[in-house]
Parts: sequence; structure tokens; C-alpha cells
Amino acid sequence: MPVTTTPQGTPIWRLRTTRAQWLGYLAWLGGISLFLLCWKVISDNTMWVFVEDAGRQGSDLVSRMLPPQWSYAQRLWKPMWDTLNIATLGTLLGIAMAFPVAFLAARNTSPHPLVRSAALVIIVSSRSINSLIWAMLLVTILGPGVLAGIIAIALRSIGFVGKLLYEAIEEIHPTPVEAISATGASRMQVLNYGVLPQVLPAFAGISVYRWDINIRESTVLGLVGAGGIGLQLNAAINSLAWSQVSVIFLMIFATVLVSEWISARVRHAII
Amino acid sequence: MTREQLARVGRWQRLPRIADARLRWLLIGGAVIYLVLALASVQVNWARVAEGMGRGLNFLAAFAQPDFVSRRGDILDGLLESLTMTLTSTVIGVALAIPVGLGAARNIAPLSVYLVCRGIITVSRTFQEVIIAILFVVMFGFGPLAGMITLAFATIGFMAKLLAEDIEDLDWRQVEAVRATGANWWQVMNHAVQPQVMPRLIGLSMYRLDINFRESAVIGIVGAGGIGATLNTSIGRYEYDTSAAILLIIIAIVLLCEYSSSHVRRWTQ
Repeated sequence: MPVTTTPQGTPIWRLRTTRAQWLGYLAWLGGISLFLLCWKVISDNTMWVFVEDAGRQGSDLVSRMLPPQWSYAQRLWKPMWDTLNIATLGTLLGIAMAFPVAFLAARNTSPHPLVRSAALVIIVSSRSINSLIWAMLLVTILGPGVLAGIIAIALRSIGFVGKLLYEAIEEIHPTPVEAISATGASRMQVLNYGVLPQVLPAFAGISVYRWDINIRESTVLGLVGAGGIGLQLNAAINSLAWSQVSVIFLMIFATVLVSEWISARVRHAII
Repeated sequence: MTREQLARVGRWQRLPRIADARLRWLLIGGAVIYLVLALASVQVNWARVAEGMGRGLNFLAAFAQPDFVSRRGDILDGLLESLTMTLTSTVIGVALAIPVGLGAARNIAPLSVYLVCRGIITVSRTFQEVIIAILFVVMFGFGPLAGMITLAFATIGFMAKLLAEDIEDLDWRQVEAVRATGANWWQVMNHAVQPQVMPRLIGLSMYRLDINFRESAVIGIVGAGGIGATLNTSIGRYEYDTSAAILLIIIAIVLLCEYSSSHVRRWTQ
């Protein structure tokens, strides 16, 4: 226990040893210096003239956004439908691909350590790359449109669903699996009757959660040409039609709130 | 035949997941109708897809031999900007998220403060980073400052929500014990609440650092600085070998972040 003694010889309890105390100070010093260094890099790369009138620019922006041009909303139903489709179809495609990958990546169901590392590489690379980057790549390959958006969302979802699902698979109870394999069931039957029923609620919850995130992400895919309401947003911003931009923002806000509510309700019902 | 009789002759079936047959068929029917409508509205220009396939193969080939060298300066600049943006925005975002998170926890905040803080969280979480970045780029001009403010703003919503949930679930007995000694609000926060949420707060901050780096690779597309701008340019120029190099660097850094954050989390718990 860290104690110091007074000149009279009575021990005094302290939270940390002197060494730990100094190490703590040193860590704070290092952290703050690193932060200031990073801040200096950013500050050097910033045109402070533009920042000085940020308040004026901001209020100018708000005044242009208000009032929203409500009549524009009628032209947004089709892009919104596209956005929902990108999110939903993308999620379906993504979970269809993530499902086998997760079983290959889980330590207790993977057929071979090599297969497991390959599956983990797929999961990591899919997770590291944002759906917008996938969309940017796919638009140059598949051409602009909803298809690129769907595949971008699907590719990004593999990693997310795969990671959470394989963790769920690794946490299952081994007893039902043992019981099923004791009946002489084949490998697939063990997966089907021993593992699957245990992870299905988690799987459904993860999928709905990802769907909700995907709705949010699919609203911006149009900025790089992958369809949906982002295309309209891009057009409105490029033509500086800020009163239309505010309509789009409100629409996105409402859609995301509704999808979040649905996803929370469904997850609540499942789990 | 009922399920029991079928099972007796060796044709056992699982119970259906949704017990009510009518609801089950309604859900299946609804899903099929939606799928048909959705797939019908997806228009694909197959000629364009076929044309692009060659480009797709080029891109895959570029991954086999990524080109780190010919645009080294641009990549390094972008990377430095991204990393500094990530660090500063996480620090600032977490620092601002702590008061918002305290205010958004119903068990320690009065209703009016709660509603304001929840409002901040909802706005910050609803909009994608890219959308927020567009607005901040208009306000603060192009460059990493706009990106940093964007990421800090997004961090507030994320951290504050999780922090508030954590505070709402905390062990109330410790708060009562500290309160019983006559501690004021600050002392309760510091000695009863903070020790309970600290490990999770550190873990979440590490996680957010990782997310902020990934996002910093994206917001460059709308002019908010970072490696995203370099990536966007390289894809626009069809320099797939450079793009592949950048993507590999991003993956490597994310892996490194994840690895170190899992260590930090194990150490704090």
C-alpha cells in the first residue's frame, strides 16, 4: 500500500505511490503537448480570415435557409423512396453476405484457423472503409445510380454485422451444441439446431440496428452520385438553393428519427 | 396431423418463430410486396456496368501492387491532417460531451436541462458527418478546422448519449452513501458518479477516436481536409494504385487503433 511517513514516524495513507503520481503527471504533460502540437498543425493549415467571419456566414446561411421552400418537398418523394431502398436492399444484401462470414470467423464454428483469419480480414477491411468511399469506388465502376449505393451499403454492412454476429456466436452456450452433436447430427445440423437458435435474436437485433444506421448513411451517398436524396442535396447545394436544402434536411431528420424509433421498437420486441 | 403425431413418426418440425399464422403470412406477404416494388424501381444500366467491369478489374489489380511512392507528399499531408483532426476533435468532443451527457441523464438532471441536452444529442446524431461538414465548410472555409469542428460535433452526440445511458444505469447506493456524508453536487459527481463511469468513458473515447479517424477519411470529399480529399482526387483521376495505397493505409491505421484500444480497455477494467 502506498504510504509515506511523517517526520514523527506515523504512516499516512495515500492514493498513489510517488512513482505512479509522477508517471500520471508525465502522461498528462505528454497528452497535452500532443494535443497542442496537433492543434498547431491544424491552425497552420487554416485560413483564419475565413474563420473570422464565420458568425456572419452562419447567420447568412440561416437567413437563406428560412423559410424552407415547402413546395420543393413534392419532388423529394421519389429520391426518398430510392434512399429507403438503398438502405433496405443494401442491408439485406449485406446481412446475406455477413451471415456465412460470421460463422467462418467465430472461433467455435470456424472450420480452420486459416479460414478464420481470412474471414477476419474481410470483416476488418469492410469495417474500416466508410460506405461513402465504397460508393465513390463503385460509382466509377458501375456508373452512377441506385445500384452502386446498394452495393456500397452492403459492403460496409458485412463488417459491422459480421463482427457483432461472430462475437455473439462465440458467446453461445456450449451445452445445446454438445447435446445436438451427441445425437449424431452432422456439422450442418449442429449449426442449424444447436447454434442458430441461440444467435437468431442477436442476429435480428443487429440487422435492424444496422438498417437504422444505413438509412442515415444512405442519405449522403448521393453526394458522390450513388442515388437517393443525396443527389438532390448535392444539386441544391451546388445551385446555392439553401431554402431547398433546409427542406431536404428536415426530411432527412424526420426519416432518421422514424427509422430509429422503429429499430428501437423492433429490438425491444425481439430481445 | 399435429406436431406431436408428426414427431412420433420421425417428422419433427421446429415451432414457427411467429406463433400467429395470420400475422406470419401478413409479414411475409408485406415483405414480398415491398421487395418486388423496391427491386422494380432500381434501374440498372447494364451496358454501363459491363463497361465499368474492366475498371473494376483494374482496381482489384491495383490492390495487388499499390503505389505508395508517386504521390507520397500528398498522402503524407493528408494523413497528417487526418490524424491531427482525429486527435483534437476527439479531445474537444469528449470534453464537451461530458457536461451534455451529465445533463442528459434523467436521474441527475432536472427536466428542463434534460430536454435541452437530449435535443443536442438528437440533432448531432441524426445528421451524417458529411452533411454537418458541408455546413461547417461554408461557415469556416475549406480546410481541417471545419473537419475538426464537424468531428467534434458528431463526437458530442455519440459520447453524450452513451455516457447518459451509463449514468442512468449506475449503482445508486454509492451516490446515496456519498450524499449521506453531506457532499455537495460537485463532490457527488466526482466521488460517486465519475469512478463508476470512468472505465467505460475511456473505452468509448478510444472507440470514438477510431470512428473519427474513419470519418476523417470521408469528410475530405466535401472539402473539410484530411486524407479523404487525396483519396477523392486519386479516384477522380483513375489512379487506382494510389487509391489502393491510401485504402490500405486507412485499414492499417484502423487495425492499429482497434488493437491498441482493446488493450487500453482491458487495462482500465
